[in-house]
Amino acid sequence: MLQKTPPGELYLSIQNLWKAFGSFLALKDISLEINEGEFICFLGPSGCGKTTLLRAIAGLDLQTKGTVMQDGKDVSNLPPSERDFGIVFQSYALFPNLTIEKNIAFGLENTGRSKSDIAFRVSELLHLVGLPEQGKKYPAQLSGGQQQRIALARAIATNPGLLLLDEPLSALDAKVRVHLRHEIKELQRKLGVTTVMVTHDQEEALAMADRIVVMNHGVIEQVGSPTEIYREPTNLFVADFIGEMNQIQSQVTKGGRLSVGEKTFACLSHTFNDGMPAIAAIRPEDIIPHEAGYLDTGGNRNCIEVTLDEMEFLGSFWRCRLSNERFGSSELIADFSINAVRRLELEEGRSMVIELPENRLMAFDVPETTS
Amino acid sequence: MTEISTNPGTLPAGPDIKPKLSRDDILMRGSMIVIALYLVATLVLPLYTMLSKSFSTYRMELSQYEFQVSDESGNFDGTIQSAETLNEQTGAFSDTDLATGSDGRLSVTALFPNFSFRSPVMYQIRNTSDTGRFLVGSTLQDGTDWVTLDSNEFRRVQLRPVQSRGLDNFVNYFSTPALFNSVKNSLWISVLSTIVTVTLAFWFAYALNRSCMRFKGVFRLIAMAPILVPSLLPGIALVYLFGNQGMIKELLFGASIYGPIGIVIGSVFFTFPHAFLIISTALAISDARLYEAAASLRSTPWRTFWTVTVPGARYGLISAAFVVFNLVITDFGLPKVIGGQFNVLAVDIYKQVIGQQNFEMGAVVSVVLVIPAILAFTIDRMVQSKQVALLSARSVPYQPTPNRKTDRIFLAYCCLIGLFIVGLLAVCQFAALIKFWPYDLSLSLKNYDFNKMDGGGWGSYVNSIKLALLTAAIGTSVVFFGAYLVEKSNGFRTGRAIFQMFAMLPMAIPGMVLGLSYIFFFNNPSNPLNGIYGTMAILVICTVTHFYTVSHLTAVTALKQMDREFESVSSSLKQPTMKLFARVTVPVCLPAVLDISIYLFVNAMTTVSAVVFLYSPKTTLASIAVLNMDDAGDIAPAAAMGMMIFYTNAAARIVHLIASKGILKRTQAWRSR
Repeated sequence: MLQKTPPGELYLSIQNLWKAFGSFLALKDISLEINEGEFICFLGPSGCGKTTLLRAIAGLDLQTKGTVMQDGKDVSNLPPSERDFGIVFQSYALFPNLTIEKNIAFGLENTGRSKSDIAFRVSELLHLVGLPEQGKKYPAQLSGGQQQRIALARAIATNPGLLLLDEPLSALDAKVRVHLRHEIKELQRKLGVTTVMVTHDQEEALAMADRIVVMNHGVIEQVGSPTEIYREPTNLFVADFIGEMNQIQSQVTKGGRLSVGEKTFACLSHTFNDGMPAIAAIRPEDIIPHEAGYLDTGGNRNCIEVTLDEMEFLGSFWRCRLSNERFGSSELIADFSINAVRRLELEEGRSMVIELPENRLMAFDVPETTS
Repeated sequence: MTEISTNPGTLPAGPDIKPKLSRDDILMRGSMIVIALYLVATLVLPLYTMLSKSFSTYRMELSQYEFQVSDESGNFDGTIQSAETLNEQTGAFSDTDLATGSDGRLSVTALFPNFSFRSPVMYQIRNTSDTGRFLVGSTLQDGTDWVTLDSNEFRRVQLRPVQSRGLDNFVNYFSTPALFNSVKNSLWISVLSTIVTVTLAFWFAYALNRSCMRFKGVFRLIAMAPILVPSLLPGIALVYLFGNQGMIKELLFGASIYGPIGIVIGSVFFTFPHAFLIISTALAISDARLYEAAASLRSTPWRTFWTVTVPGARYGLISAAFVVFNLVITDFGLPKVIGGQFNVLAVDIYKQVIGQQNFEMGAVVSVVLVIPAILAFTIDRMVQSKQVALLSARSVPYQPTPNRKTDRIFLAYCCLIGLFIVGLLAVCQFAALIKFWPYDLSLSLKNYDFNKMDGGGWGSYVNSIKLALLTAAIGTSVVFFGAYLVEKSNGFRTGRAIFQMFAMLPMAIPGMVLGLSYIFFFNNPSNPLNGIYGTMAILVICTVTHFYTVSHLTAVTALKQMDREFESVSSSLKQPTMKLFARVTVPVCLPAVLDISIYLFVNAMTTVSAVVFLYSPKTTLASIAVLNMDDAGDIAPAAAMGMMIFYTNAAARIVHLIASKGILKRTQAWRSR
């Protein structure tokens, strides 16, 4: 389990940040606090403002309004060169005409270090990123993954207090990406450097971050640990953006239960009043399968009879499409384990009963049709 | 610990964050302002001075002067006569006598029919207003007190004109058919040359890109040769071929080469490489998939040509047309050599300024010439910005298939064009080596004895080399650094946009206009930069400015290919931007830097138009020497000097090629995997 409470002291504090491009507001009143040693991911669809926020933290594109405090110091209007951070870009931005060694040494020069100190530090960093033999090569002679590691080594060479990663893995192919994200996480833990990474890949964010900042349309939708974000999304956008989520139109009835047709379900506590429309939401893997006669035997009241329309074998589980006239045209998607499918002898076209566990069924606001 | 705020409202009131500038920001902005000021001083201000000159009119205002004449014993009776009434009585000066230029002087004795410089009669003269000025000898009198002079001194009194602003010069220009005709001449010559050049260059480029004929490399080289010579060299060759004692003048059936025919043929020669390059690029990027589609739809080759080839190259064709048009209409050297009595705008400027010392009219013709040049330039830029959209990453390059018949036709065609280009150059070389055409055909090197001719001798050749080297070195540094600043500095949007505009302007300004505006601006004693007038410095500055735009665009294109985040990385590592510039930017862009320097070198060797107004006896140039020797009738030495320029440029290109290969091998090892 990843730790839920962030370690260390407050390191980076963003207060009421706004960024305007003409009349378009890319960031709207963003406030966020990041603790020392934390690994934070900004996650969101493209155009949500996550890179803009990162560049404001770096001072590369200054915010229009608001303050950024780093390590107790107000850096709001400082140029990048007067802030304390290292940065890695999606394009690596390695200097093509300098060798790997010279790329890493670039930031170490003019800092009062002797030549031998620099050489020692460079070789230390090359070992750290696992490329000790590559120092004399040029960037173009390395693979994409290797280049990204060199970019990382260059960024941390001067021991910055803050490491910024702007979609560092997007340009790599899937296998390298999975491997490298593990390595970056390891390295970050070893160094204990506060890290902010921008990504649009939820898997990456879930795997790497201590806390995830989910953004959309220039605002923060939710901040929380990966498990919080996944298990307890605070709104439909987060619920829908991260992982799969079934959504069923429903209405709130007595006792806060959700009614779908004449059937009502118990769900997690919410703040909706009776009679309000709401979206009932549940993740596919949280749906529990039962045999067809389960309802008649007086089972759980959160059960409903459905038809198994389609089954798709995805290796470690079966993805099933379920329908019931009460759901209208929308289908439910459920992931059933191979064991369960075998035990219940499920096959396409059969009727079955599913249970929507009360502690996994969530109620959300109905989104406006425009967005 | 974490606050979440989701307030989608509007931007709160209050001041925006004001960025604190880093030392690099200040340095870069400062440097950009310095280079922008350089462009202001060497381009914007001179042009402004010229424009205001074209609206300046000068006139003798006779009402501003009053006279008294004494009797024979020197006593004045107090009768005051204004110059205006005197002129009405005597009719000494007509209205056209009174209209003049900035240097106009008017002797007043004609107003006094009885005047004799030996008579004992005394004269008094005064200005009636503060603006009145007259000279006694070389002493300027601008007071309103009476000046008493004896007859001998009075003979040396000259009135000076009063300046006013107005459209008079333009009215004068458009009502003088001799001048106005040049507009028509220039336009139709340029249009005709454009049509011929673009057509010839299109088929040449088509043969090189779309056929499987042999010797493509040789033809590519030949096609580029005219870039290495001054535009007036083909004129000299044509004189030898078709002139009054021409080798094959019978081919013209009695028509004269001196005039439009000569200008068009010569223009085709010197604009050919420009058109060929642009069209060739357009043809090279065509997409093979379109041809496959056409073939699968059973389109005839002719139909495919009109529906696929021509539309695909249309932006290249339009762009080539405007570039050629601009080159021809602004060219001065060629019509000067072979134009004869056929007047064109660029030569008119020269004639007005050098021949008649009428600077105002020179400025008017310049303004008239700038209009089509700017139009052609603007349309060309608009077309080129559309060209980019044509390329897609998925395009498949077209591979021509051999076809014996068409390949042979194309080879024959290319041979004809090659013969035309090589032929004209060969004629010049031949003429340079002949003792005295057509009477003594023995070979000799006496035409290379430039020191015995007008034009500055070998010294001007040395000056040209100096100019070319200085222009290449200084120009490349200024242009590349300026392009870097404008591409890679943060914020400062307005400043960068203005800089961009200044950098694009020189392309639209014809050389003659630039040169003339330099006279107006730098030859003004009250200009603090007056000191550089007549020196090598002004020639270098003028040439750098004249060829700024193409160099700037080359630099910008190279810089745009650099990762935009290099500067971000460098500043995050707290390294000065200038270190990044020296260690990474310049080395990576070295091929472009070398291209800019050879471009400036070659153009500095061949340029005539701008510098023709600016050279001094100490700074004569080879290209100007060609012009002046030709003017003086020393055509063979002119051809010899022209060929010297050709060989120098060819050598420079070869050195450039070897040097760039060598340097690239050493410094660009990173390019190979």
